[in-house]
Amino acid sequence: MPSSVALTVSRYRPERESEPTFQTYEIPFRKDWVVLDALNHVKDSLDGSLSFRWSCRMGVCGSCGMKVNGTPKLTCATFLADYVPGPIRVEPLDYFPVVRDLVVDLTDFMRKLKQVKPWIIRKEEKAPGDGEYLQTPDQLDTYKQFSMCINCMLCYSACPIYGLEPSFIGPAAIALAQRYNMDSRDEGAAERLKILSEHDGIWQCTFVGECTKVCPKHVDPAGAIQQYKLTGATNWVKSLLLPWSTR
Amino acid sequence: MSAEPHYTLYHPRWYRRRVSVWWWLQKRSYTGFVLRELTSIFVAFFAVVYLWQLRALTEGPEAYEQFLARLTTPLFLALDTVAFLFVLFHAITWFNLTPKAMVVRWRGKRVPDWLILGLNYAAWLVLSGAVAFVLLRE
Amino acid sequence: MERITPLLWLLFSAGGTVAALLFPVHFFLTGLAFPLGWLEAPSYEFLHRLLTHPLARLYLFSLISLPLFHWAHRFRYTLYDGLQLKHLTVLIAVLCYGAALAGTAMAAYLLWGIS
Repeated sequence: MPSSVALTVSRYRPERESEPTFQTYEIPFRKDWVVLDALNHVKDSLDGSLSFRWSCRMGVCGSCGMKVNGTPKLTCATFLADYVPGPIRVEPLDYFPVVRDLVVDLTDFMRKLKQVKPWIIRKEEKAPGDGEYLQTPDQLDTYKQFSMCINCMLCYSACPIYGLEPSFIGPAAIALAQRYNMDSRDEGAAERLKILSEHDGIWQCTFVGECTKVCPKHVDPAGAIQQYKLTGATNWVKSLLLPWSTR
Repeated sequence: MSAEPHYTLYHPRWYRRRVSVWWWLQKRSYTGFVLRELTSIFVAFFAVVYLWQLRALTEGPEAYEQFLARLTTPLFLALDTVAFLFVLFHAITWFNLTPKAMVVRWRGKRVPDWLILGLNYAAWLVLSGAVAFVLLRE
Repeated sequence: MERITPLLWLLFSAGGTVAALLFPVHFFLTGLAFPLGWLEAPSYEFLHRLLTHPLARLYLFSLISLPLFHWAHRFRYTLYDGLQLKHLTVLIAVLCYGAALAGTAMAAYLLWGIS
C-alpha cells in the first residue's frame, strides 16, 4: 500500500476564473479513509479555501454527493483504498450549476420535489382522537424501498435525460411521488398523476437505468418510474373505456 | 425558493457546463444504452421485410420466388446477420428490464425478479417452438 | 400530443414485447435459415393457405404493426435526446409515427385483400 495518493480536485472560484480548473494535492493514504476524509485533510492542513458540502459522514444525510473518477458517489462512502494508486479525480455533480469548487446549487430539485406533493394527501383527515391509520407490513413493503431516498442527487447527476432536458422532473422526485402513491394511507395518486403526466414528467424517461445504478440507498428510481408509466397508461385506458370511473 | 436567483455582488456567477452532443460516447453504460435504443431500427427493418414478403404473397408465386431469391443475395445475408444480432440484443435487454417495469404481487409479496425473467425466457422458448412448428410443417 | 403519450407508450411496450418474443425465431428462419438452405422454406401455396385463417392474418398484422410503433416511439426519443434535435421535435414525431401508421395501413390493406 502506498504512503500517499494524489487527489485531483476541481476548483471553481467565480471571483477570479470563468471556468473550473483542477488542482492536485498529495494526501497521506490511510486504509480506512474515505474521499471525504481526504477532502477534510486538504481543507484542514493543505488548502483552507476548498469548499464542499458534507454532514453526517455516514451515508444518511445525502450532502456529500460528488463525482469520483467520473462516477457520482457519496464521498463519505467511497474508500481511497479502492482507487489507489490514483490519482483520484473529484468533481462536483453533473448537470447542476456549480456555485464554487465542489458545491452545486440544488434549487431546481427542491422546486421539483415540491411539485410532486411528497406528503400524504387525504380527502378527509382522521381526527387525532379517532386513532392512527393502520398499515400491515405487506402494505409497508409496497413502498418502503422508495422511501429510502436521502435526496443525495446522485441519480440526477447520472441521468443523461436530465442533463439534456433540465426541465425533466427527474428520478428522485418521481420515485418519491411513487412512494406516496403506493402508500395505503394516501389518496392523492390521481392528483400526482396529472402533474407527472405533463411533458416533463414520467414520459420523458427512456429507462437508461443509470439512476438506479448509482443510487447509494438502492431506491431503484428507474423501476419506480417504469411502474408509474404502467399505472399511468392503465389509468389512461380506464379513463377512455370507463370515463365515469376516474376519480 | 420561489423566484429565479438574480446575480448580485454577493451572489457570484454559477458555472453551467453544456452537455456535449457526444455525451453518449463518454461513458460505456451510456453507449450501451444508445446501442440498445438503436436496436429499434433493426426491429423496424425486419417489420418492413415481413411487409415486403406479405406484398409478394399477394402478388403471386413468381413475386414470392423473387422475394426469396432476393434474401439469398450477399447484401441481404450480411444485413440480416447484423440485424439478427441487434434483434437478439433487443430481446435480451428487453427481458432484463421487464422485471423492473412489471411488479407482480402474489399474496402480498413481490414476485422475485429472477422468476419474472425465467417466465419471460420460458415464454420465448415456447412461442419460438410454436412458430417454428407452424412454419416448418410442410 | 401529451394526451396520447400513454397510448404511444403502450404501443411501444406491446411492440417491444412482440419483437422480443417473436422476432428472433422469425428473423432466424426468414433471414438466415431459409435463404442459406439450412431449413426448407414454406411454399407459396402453404403460406397462402395459412393466411386464409383470420387468426393468422391478425397475427401477421400484429407482427408488422406493433414493432413499427415500437421503433417510431423509441427512435423519436433517440433523435430527440441523442442528437439533441429539439427544434425539430414536431417534425420528427410526425415522420416517425407517420411511417408506422403507413406501414400499419399497408399491412391492413394487404391482409384484407388476400384471398
